[in-house]
Amino acid sequence: MRIDPAIVRRIARLARLSIADGDLARVAGELTRVLDLADQLADAPLAGVEPMAHPQALALSWRDDAVTASDDAGTLLALAPEARGGLYLVPKVIE
Amino acid sequence: MTDSHPWQAVIGLEIHAQLSTTSKLFSDASTAYGADPNTQISAVDVALPGTLPVPNRAARDKAIRFGLAIGAQIARKSIFARKNYFYPDLSKGYQISQYELPIVGSGKLVVRTDDGRTLEVEIQRAHLEEDAGKSLHDVFHAATGIDFNRAGVPLLEIVSAPVLHSAQDAVAYMRTVHTLVRWLGICDGNMQEGSFRCDANVSVRPLGETKLGTRTEIKNVNSFRFVEKAIEYEIERQIRALENGERLVQETRLYDAAHHHTRPMRSKEDADDYRYFPDPDLPPLMVTDTDIATIRAGLPELPQARRQRYLETLGLSDADAAQLCADKATADYFEAVLTALPGQAKLCANWVLGELAAALNAGGLAIESSRVSAVAFAHLLRRVHDATISGKIAKDVFAAMWTGEGDADAIIETRGLTQISDVGALAAAVDAVLVEFPVQLADYRGGNEKLLQFFVGQIMKRTRGQANPQQLNTLLREKLHS
Repeated sequence: MRIDPAIVRRIARLARLSIADGDLARVAGELTRVLDLADQLADAPLAGVEPMAHPQALALSWRDDAVTASDDAGTLLALAPEARGGLYLVPKVIE
Repeated sequence: MTDSHPWQAVIGLEIHAQLSTTSKLFSDASTAYGADPNTQISAVDVALPGTLPVPNRAARDKAIRFGLAIGAQIARKSIFARKNYFYPDLSKGYQISQYELPIVGSGKLVVRTDDGRTLEVEIQRAHLEEDAGKSLHDVFHAATGIDFNRAGVPLLEIVSAPVLHSAQDAVAYMRTVHTLVRWLGICDGNMQEGSFRCDANVSVRPLGETKLGTRTEIKNVNSFRFVEKAIEYEIERQIRALENGERLVQETRLYDAAHHHTRPMRSKEDADDYRYFPDPDLPPLMVTDTDIATIRAGLPELPQARRQRYLETLGLSDADAAQLCADKATADYFEAVLTALPGQAKLCANWVLGELAAALNAGGLAIESSRVSAVAFAHLLRRVHDATISGKIAKDVFAAMWTGEGDADAIIETRGLTQISDVGALAAAVDAVLVEFPVQLADYRGGNEKLLQFFVGQIMKRTRGQANPQQLNTLLREKLHS
């Protein structure tokens, strides 16, 4: 698959990455090579092979529905760059 | 919209039902509503590095319960996926959801509309996901506050096929889902608290066209009335635009109840590409045949089946059966009354939906908190059935029971309300009234039959309403025609 600079710009925006215009062509080329590598898998005989969702043959283990968390609010909020009145603060979001 | 219009609306709903678990979907923090901000958060909910999600079995089982109730295939293996987007109240930068392999496959739900039609609505899928936190834009002047108490609360997203064609049908479907999730005990259905909310996908197309038009998605509407109004507005807006030759854009819109319109949501402009991929932190979610059999065995009789039974076995009207089955507590109360007074389904239904519903409504009470128990209520109705008191007197007795004056028999006894069924006593009352009103009597006998009600009224007054109405009627007619 060919990745062009427009695609790079788009996925960079979705991922909140800043890529300078001068770098777009180079990154596009690198991503194309990564995808080409992955594309080699398309030649593998995969008929009847189920798509893999997880590399290990594990099933989920479950938790019983009980509240066992201790109240860590103070500790957790203290890690935030900014908090006030029990709320995490972020720059104003305008809807 | 109207029948004369050449447009057809096509609507699909995505309903988010909060699963009523005590702890979150992937952490052991509490889901209780109304706590102070950020007092019910764990390191998982705020996405501290190194934390891992551990799923809640009860949430899975409740999702399966819903799937079985709509006759859907339950996936023996389903996958949690990451839905990636950036928003301050989404701590990880992705929401754990399900994408390609949801736990509940396609099923269907029978919906009875307000005007008595029956729709069979296809539900395409239902999947488990976690809720995001809550953004508070109005608390601080220059900042947005984030409360993560909601983050990680389990949701079941129920996705209908685009098969609904009016705002009214969409709301009827939403109400049916609302009834079902409460009936199953998997969601408390509280819309004010956000436990049950809905996104509506709306498009229009020329009537007869099979291809879907460009759709818009109305986000997060949390009342039945607003869903109806928002969809109505959106249908009209799209038709107006198309008739003016404009092109519609696929976008997410917000319903503004105060101004009754929808407008584009700016924050969602970039959000059309969520780059889903299987969450490497969570191996596949497996469900065994035994799990399914156990959950199936615990299913209650479903609303649709119960309504059918009320129609066919108990002979109730369509409207009564539908009203009783609008929620399980009402249907259960009705059945408890009927068990105590077998064979009197119509009488029980009339009173549960009439006097009792009115009293609950006036007091703002749920039927579970009724001041009159089903057994006490049945006892009152027994006295109506065996003609100890008339229906009219029974309403007074019920009012007294409601205010706590005692049981039906005690109130009838102390107030001396027993109906006069003694023919001699009734005859005396009839005679006395006929003597008192000779002019009216002559008038009646001269052909003015409307005066029958006048005599009934006078005799009731004389007997303080305690005359047995059927007996009175027979006796009065006999005397008038003699």
